[in-house]
Amino acid sequence: MIWLTWRQFRLQVLVIFAAVVTIAIAMAVTGSELLHAYHADTVGFLGQIVNDRVDKTLYLLGLALLYAAPSVIGAFWGAPLIARELEAGTHRLVWNQSITRSRWLAVKLALTGVAAMAATGLLSLAVSWWSSPIDQAVARGQSAGPFSFPRLFPIVYGARGVVPIGYTAFAFALGVAVGLLLRRSVPAIAITLAVVIAVQTAMPLAVRGHLIAPVRLTTAITTSNFTGLHGSGPPDRGPTLQGFTVRAGKPGDWVLSNQTINAQGVVPHTLPAWVADCFLPKQAAIGQGATRVKAPTPRLLDGCFTRLADAGFRQRVTYQPASRFWALQWRETAMFLTLALLLTGFCFWRVRRDLT
Amino acid sequence: MTAGLRARGLGKRYRRRWALTDCTLDVPSGRVVGLVGPNGAGKSTLLNLAVGVLTPTSGTIEVLGGRPASGAAQLAKVGYVAQDTPTYAGLSVADHMRLGARLNPAWDEALARRRIDRLGLDRGQKAGKLSGGQRAQLALTLGIAKRPELLILDEPVSSLDPLARREFLQDLMEAVAEQELTVVLSSHLVSDVDRACDYLIVLVDSRVQVCGDIEMLLATHHRLTGPRRDPASLPADQHVISASHTDRQSTLLIRTDGPILDPAWTVSRLTLEDLVLAYMRRPTDVERHDGPVLEVQR
Repeated sequence: MIWLTWRQFRLQVLVIFAAVVTIAIAMAVTGSELLHAYHADTVGFLGQIVNDRVDKTLYLLGLALLYAAPSVIGAFWGAPLIARELEAGTHRLVWNQSITRSRWLAVKLALTGVAAMAATGLLSLAVSWWSSPIDQAVARGQSAGPFSFPRLFPIVYGARGVVPIGYTAFAFALGVAVGLLLRRSVPAIAITLAVVIAVQTAMPLAVRGHLIAPVRLTTAITTSNFTGLHGSGPPDRGPTLQGFTVRAGKPGDWVLSNQTINAQGVVPHTLPAWVADCFLPKQAAIGQGATRVKAPTPRLLDGCFTRLADAGFRQRVTYQPASRFWALQWRETAMFLTLALLLTGFCFWRVRRDLT
Repeated sequence: MTAGLRARGLGKRYRRRWALTDCTLDVPSGRVVGLVGPNGAGKSTLLNLAVGVLTPTSGTIEVLGGRPASGAAQLAKVGYVAQDTPTYAGLSVADHMRLGARLNPAWDEALARRRIDRLGLDRGQKAGKLSGGQRAQLALTLGIAKRPELLILDEPVSSLDPLARREFLQDLMEAVAEQELTVVLSSHLVSDVDRACDYLIVLVDSRVQVCGDIEMLLATHHRLTGPRRDPASLPADQHVISASHTDRQSTLLIRTDGPILDPAWTVSRLTLEDLVLAYMRRPTDVERHDGPVLEVQR
């Protein structure tokens, strides 16, 4: 059975592993230079490499490949694994050799699944190692061009560490299960692609931030931590302000919410009108009735912040500290491995039942 | 001696439709069994139940004394050539031989080689490029070289031209003679069965209509032609399978174990085809409604 699985699967495995090894070699060659450059000039590192086209390309390529790998493997390795046998009727040939269906499925799933996880694992290892100087520089507050997202941020997080392995295992098992359910390769490929991409999108939006209870911080809004305010309406004619944003934690932290709360501890719909008047004072009309917002002086601003604090307004920030990167990685990976196991269990159950 | 195939009240339902109902069968081992019936009669369902691809909705089925597909040992005893003889289009003939050798402990490599050489199949050729007849032969080789005790073939020749059909069946018969296999072969053509089998099962409308040794069946079925009379007036041991009447004459197809003594009848022998067709045409419940059916026909 091992031989048959290999015989049916060798071309796809060789192509993918050749690609992964090529990328790993490219990363190994350029990665040591990158590391050297980082140690030579730790402070100006990102500013230096931002003009290097090779580094930029490899950085983005690493992200793109690791985000694409689970859905591609799920759709093109997982979905046809059994669906193609059912379509061609060859399951009736192989299930009537002297080997039980469970054993047949076990060997097929184990070999292909392990190959899939190894391929993404290797790719993630290469990309994570190559990017580590960049990630460290970003975590220290540097930022330049594409190198401006800490590794806990959604765009980078899924392309680092062990989560790509978890996503791949899940996508592969999902592909197999959908293929087994639909018994058609093409719809199974389409559905697997759609579901995996949906899950990849939903995870950072709704789930990841809560895998560990985020840190909640309530702080006064001051000149030193104030980073901006947001609202709607034209800035020249009395905008409606909705809230402030402040800086909290370290540069590598992942801020989930940054909200202004009032004395009752709830997020107000809008801030009182005096806040806008204080922070965005109108200047005398210029020309035909147009007004212009003038930046308030620091002394004026201090007064505004004091008044804000007296009125009971504070800022509530929830975030995941950068130090939780690995804790979150392991949890998310474990979650997807569990899902993959459940889907695998379904496949074993289904394959033992009627399938003509 | 264990029965080759033994079914008791076997039934299979797909959602709401019964594909096989109340099937009770004993197929002795060492026979070549022809399973005939019109398309959709439940032949494939019965065979799929026998190899364990399907599980029964009701009743039981035993193959060579064991539950179908209950384990590797049971699978090793039963060879199966599925409908349309599926093979892996991307694998070569040699790959298929290797597949057989790897997945079957009792694989007979010498037998497989001999057959492939005799058939003139190119080992390097992909199975997807073979003709229908060659593909069927390849599937049969896999089934035979596995050295099963029972070989089940589900319409193996239905997609073959008459010449390839004849060669395939001849080849099968040679293998049976060499290996003392029990064979169950389904077909919707009586001629295939006539050529290859010595035991017959007729399946119509998901029910077994008749089942038995072909020579015995031919010896106990007769066509009676004579003056018109009501079939109900026949002796109790003569069962009417089909009846047709003109104004003056009746033609009856009957089954009886005893001799036919009534001198009014002209008795003639049946061909296998006559016999099968009579059972296929027979409404499932003819014996209960003999009278009214006749009235309607008149």
